Amino acid sequence: MEAFSALVAQTQAQDPADLKNIAAASGAGMAYGLAAIGPGIGIGYLVGKSVEAMARQPEAAGMVRTTMFLGIAFTEALALIGFVVFILLKFA
Amino acid sequence: MLGLEFPPINELLRWQDIFPTFNKIALIAVAAALIGIVLFLIASRRDPMVAPTGVRNLAEVTIDFIEESVVMQTLGKSGLKWTPFLLSLFIFIFLCNIPGVIPIIQMPATARIAIPLSLALLVWVIYIGTGIKHQGLAYFGHLLWPPGVPTALKPLVGIIEFISTILVTPFSLTVRLMANMLAGHILLVTFSLLTTALFRAQTSQLFLVPMSILPFGMLIFLTAFEILVAFLQAYIFAILAAVYINNSTVGHAEDH
Repeated sequence: MEAFSALVAQTQAQDPADLKNIAAASGAGMAYGLAAIGPGIGIGYLVGKSVEAMARQPEAAGMVRTTMFLGIAFTEALALIGFVVFILLKFA
Repeated sequence: MLGLEFPPINELLRWQDIFPTFNKIALIAVAAALIGIVLFLIASRRDPMVAPTGVRNLAEVTIDFIEESVVMQTLGKSGLKWTPFLLSLFIFIFLCNIPGVIPIIQMPATARIAIPLSLALLVWVIYIGTGIKHQGLAYFGHLLWPPGVPTALKPLVGIIEFISTILVTPFSLTVRLMANMLAGHILLVTFSLLTTALFRAQTSQLFLVPMSILPFGMLIFLTAFEILVAFLQAYIFAILAAVYINNSTVGHAEDH
């Protein structure tokens, strides 16, 4: 966050609206970036394990695939909430 | 700085009313419902004794897909009576999503919160109703306290279960569908803007204008990706609805 305040101080924007926009843009980028880390790791791990399971037992592939999509849906929700926060910070 | 202006979000998502209280989003939703109904009516008219062709083939493949990979995987054989509901959910959401990649229309109706929210509330009412129908008022007891919870933990578990089943479920259903389609829409807008900005760049640098092929290629790829997402989100919505319904028929929910 210090880097951001330094950045804000560097731009000679005195107008409060400009300052607010700069803060909103940097905050929004940070919010989405942080929200994407966990689900990224989670979905990678989940799909990797599912592929492993499907390779070991091809006859169970259908069941594994359904469960995998369910897991992805639950994991991905976190990233999507981050995205909604991004939109709210940036535009609202 | 870059000669690239991102339009305000209202410009991307707000549409002029065609006539009061009826805009492009509503038009797409009505069209989606009508197309789904008409397709399946045409398919049902065909003589079942002859080999299926055209529309009937499509309808049979869709029903097969819902039965095989949504109903049988979650509700089991006794849940086959839920096929019509899940099928209409799937078809409607898919037909609302797919205009996001159709040229000229280019707007997924589910990128605004109204349609996902109404569908999620519909699913919410249905799975609570199913629970009451199958277990009577004991459903609320099972919902709050899964069997085998120690008495000391009951208040805590009750609060957590109440929040996750009653409040978080419809919220996450809504946000999952809406945010996915909105993200896809904004992504497509971004790459179209990049392409046009590079293509029209007033510059003396020789290689800058031909570089617009790069964002254009990405745009094509993302359009194909959005078709996949439109399908996948409809599938996930249907399968989650089936899981929630199954949880309230069987007894207790294991996952949320």
